[in-house]
Amino acid sequence: MNGPLAQLALDFSLLSLFAVGGVINVLPELHRNVVEVRGWMSGAEFAQLFALAQASPGPNILVVSLIGWKVAGLAGAAVATAAVCAPSCLVTYSVARVWQRFRGARWRKWVEDGLVPVTVGLMLAGGYLITLAADHSAVAFAITAATAAAVLMTRVHPLWLLAAGGVIGLAGWA
Amino acid sequence: MSQAVLVPSTAELFLRFTQVGVSGFGGVMPWARRMLVEERRWLNDEEFSETLSLCQLLPGPNIVNMAVCVGTRFRGARGAFAALMGLMCAPFVIVLVLGALFTRYGDIPAISAAFRGISAAAAGLVVAMGLKMAASPRLRSPMAVFALAAFAGIALARLPLGPFLLAAIPASVASAVWRSR
Repeated sequence: MNGPLAQLALDFSLLSLFAVGGVINVLPELHRNVVEVRGWMSGAEFAQLFALAQASPGPNILVVSLIGWKVAGLAGAAVATAAVCAPSCLVTYSVARVWQRFRGARWRKWVEDGLVPVTVGLMLAGGYLITLAADHSAVAFAITAATAAAVLMTRVHPLWLLAAGGVIGLAGWA
Repeated sequence: MSQAVLVPSTAELFLRFTQVGVSGFGGVMPWARRMLVEERRWLNDEEFSETLSLCQLLPGPNIVNMAVCVGTRFRGARGAFAALMGLMCAPFVIVLVLGALFTRYGDIPAISAAFRGISAAAAGLVVAMGLKMAASPRLRSPMAVFALAAFAGIALARLPLGPFLLAAIPASVASAVWRSR
């Protein structure tokens, strides 16, 4: 295994175990690791790959496939994706086999009550950091704000919002 | 609790999760629920909600955990693998093709301009999801201080996630236990 592949495998399998609540919650850490610690790409490139993953079908965890691919080609994509899935999947598989026994347990509610606030803070941090990475003009910030407002206040499909952002960008305003 | 109506084969698990994976634009979980509860009836409503809360509790993407849980439940390790591969394989290929197209044509000014707009909108989707979750009843309590701490620690102070969570989660769970007394 060469350097970047080993780094991808190590970094992303650790990330996998901390990704409680999903990849969006580790977005800040992913950004810190990929942009600041490893220096694999700029913040703007990171935001582009994230947008690509959001705009394509499937779990948004696929942003790590794109990062792996950018760092080390097809092998990088495969290693990054496997690394981010395998550890958490093994944990889930082990727990899924015994979970029925803990139905209604009091500690289950405590763990949920404790985890939710932290998860929400991480989600908001992810939104803040990806906004800073993606937006470099007043219009871009306005697109971000309008998209968030549209999701909160209407039932419009997210894909239309991405398309609207693309059209405004295409017009040269972002 | 009523039992699931049907027990899928590993091939069915693979095919149905492939279908879920490729239809899920901007969030896969609603499609998974539709397939599992409404179309296939592999889980009833209650079973789906319980499985989802388990998936949210465990590390890893919720939808990936959902595939593993459902696969395990019906067909053990082979089922988990089949559902996982179904969910991931086609979207993996599609996202790499998009990535390759973007690298090839991304330098064209019109495309990079469009992508600045798409990136801004994609950021807005994340912001909205965070705000939606922040409206949770669980945050209308002093426990909200842990949400603020997580935001400040990760977004502003840029602390590394692992050590931060190892400190924050025990503190937060301990507070939840203490508050319930």
